[in-house]
Amino acid sequence: MSNTATATLEPQPENEAPTSTARLVVAWVIVGIPLLYGVYETLLRAAKLFTG
Amino acid sequence: MAGLLDLDRSIAGPGYSRWLIPPAALAIHLSIGQVYAFSVFKRALQAHFGTSLTAIAWIFSIAIVMLGLSAAFLGTWVERSGPRKAMFTAACCWGSGFVIGAVGIATRQLWLLYLGYGFIGGIGLGIGYISPVSTLIKWFPDRPGLATGLAIMGFGGGALIASPLSVKLMQAFDAPAANTTAAAAVTSGDAVMKTFLVLGATYFTAMMFGAFNVRIPPGSSASFGSRGKAGAPYVPMRTGVTISAANAIRTPQFWMLWVVLFCNVTAGIGILEQAAPMIQDFFRHDNHGTATSSVSAAVAGGFVGLLSMCNMAGRFVWSSTSDIVGRKRIYMLYLGLGMILYALLATVGASSTAVFAALAGIILTFYGGGFATVPAYLKDLFGTFQVGAIHGRLLTAWSAAGVAGPLIVNAIIESRGKPGALTAEDYRPALFVMVGVLGVGFVANLLVRSVDPRFHQATVPAEAPAPAAPMTFKKVAP
Repeated sequence: MSNTATATLEPQPENEAPTSTARLVVAWVIVGIPLLYGVYETLLRAAKLFTG
Repeated sequence: MAGLLDLDRSIAGPGYSRWLIPPAALAIHLSIGQVYAFSVFKRALQAHFGTSLTAIAWIFSIAIVMLGLSAAFLGTWVERSGPRKAMFTAACCWGSGFVIGAVGIATRQLWLLYLGYGFIGGIGLGIGYISPVSTLIKWFPDRPGLATGLAIMGFGGGALIASPLSVKLMQAFDAPAANTTAAAAVTSGDAVMKTFLVLGATYFTAMMFGAFNVRIPPGSSASFGSRGKAGAPYVPMRTGVTISAANAIRTPQFWMLWVVLFCNVTAGIGILEQAAPMIQDFFRHDNHGTATSSVSAAVAGGFVGLLSMCNMAGRFVWSSTSDIVGRKRIYMLYLGLGMILYALLATVGASSTAVFAALAGIILTFYGGGFATVPAYLKDLFGTFQVGAIHGRLLTAWSAAGVAGPLIVNAIIESRGKPGALTAEDYRPALFVMVGVLGVGFVANLLVRSVDPRFHQATVPAEAPAPAAPMTFKKVAP
């Protein structure tokens, strides 16, 4: 094993447009809707604890 | 394709928002969190293969063991390859695991389920679990607890989605069974097979969304807080100390945290494993010579749902709070207040279902919080250099607790009788043992100190400009 371990610097970043608000919203909606569905279904189930 | 997955092809360009990273991480964790909803298939698979419940349970067990092993042994590969390649690999493993499992169901070859969902899917779980952690911490060095809390909350949330979704898919693919009102109706293997295929394709797609949205921060010298339209909000990972995964496991701090996580998980599993029978047993009273519970099966199911919510919420709430109060203090809360709550559960838990549910619910928020806060704790101690790999190795505590927790609790409870026919009194010894387990974790947390400088590989001043030449780390003798 060598006596040194080297971490190289990253190359140049990709050329892409700055993040738009629309892209941010879409990204969060894509993961948010399924999560809210899961939370809603679980709350319905948990409600039985109080309603019997 | 390989080029597209390379580390240098996933560096954020100017203006890339760091708030795109949490949804990418959530896409991964929401997908792999399905594993905790595997129980919805158990009954149908048992009937389809005509085998024991234990034989079916092995599918889940293999997946969890592989999660721990792959997180532990592939952590450095994940760090080296970057989040995109890791997420892509996790998506391939997790998606193909479902497909191979579906083939196993169609051909009635149980070993294909062990291989597909269990072995290959389990590798996807391990790689997927740790893949976004390091990247999130590097993008959010000011709020690592919030960032990792968001992602790891997804692992809890994944089960909340998968459980009702799988039931609905199976009902849709199994119309005759869905129309049957008899409680004994069992979903056909064909419906489970089709459900596996749909889930596999869905999770593969969702994880690809994560893989191609994740970016690593550019190696700019911009200090944190100078973000705006001009550049990504990069805070150098070269801030503070850097300790490799290989060196981290040689430090007492790593093993103290291992004990902390092990104790916290063991105590949480103590409740999770027995939740439904436990609440019924706690409120079982002698009624004219017959012991009956005042808690119905439906209410017990509601209690399990409440615990799932608390587990998920705790991951985000407590982990975010740790950014303000500090990591050591928040674990003192999880473990110290956890001890008090467990003792209260044992002594006054049977006074009312509301008290019982409230105590158990808070304990489960600490269980979730313990999982979500630990990457930030590791970052505080070992720096961000290989925090993902160190986290992967620490997750062996989860695997160990997954075995030890149920073993301890079941052994104590079964010595008193059969769960589902016990009373609150029968649970007290197990609950007091959990107080002791949490006490061990509390002491271990108190013993966590800063890592000795002899383990440091490089110490770089905060907000230092990026070096113009490759950074050389000194090798530290074991």
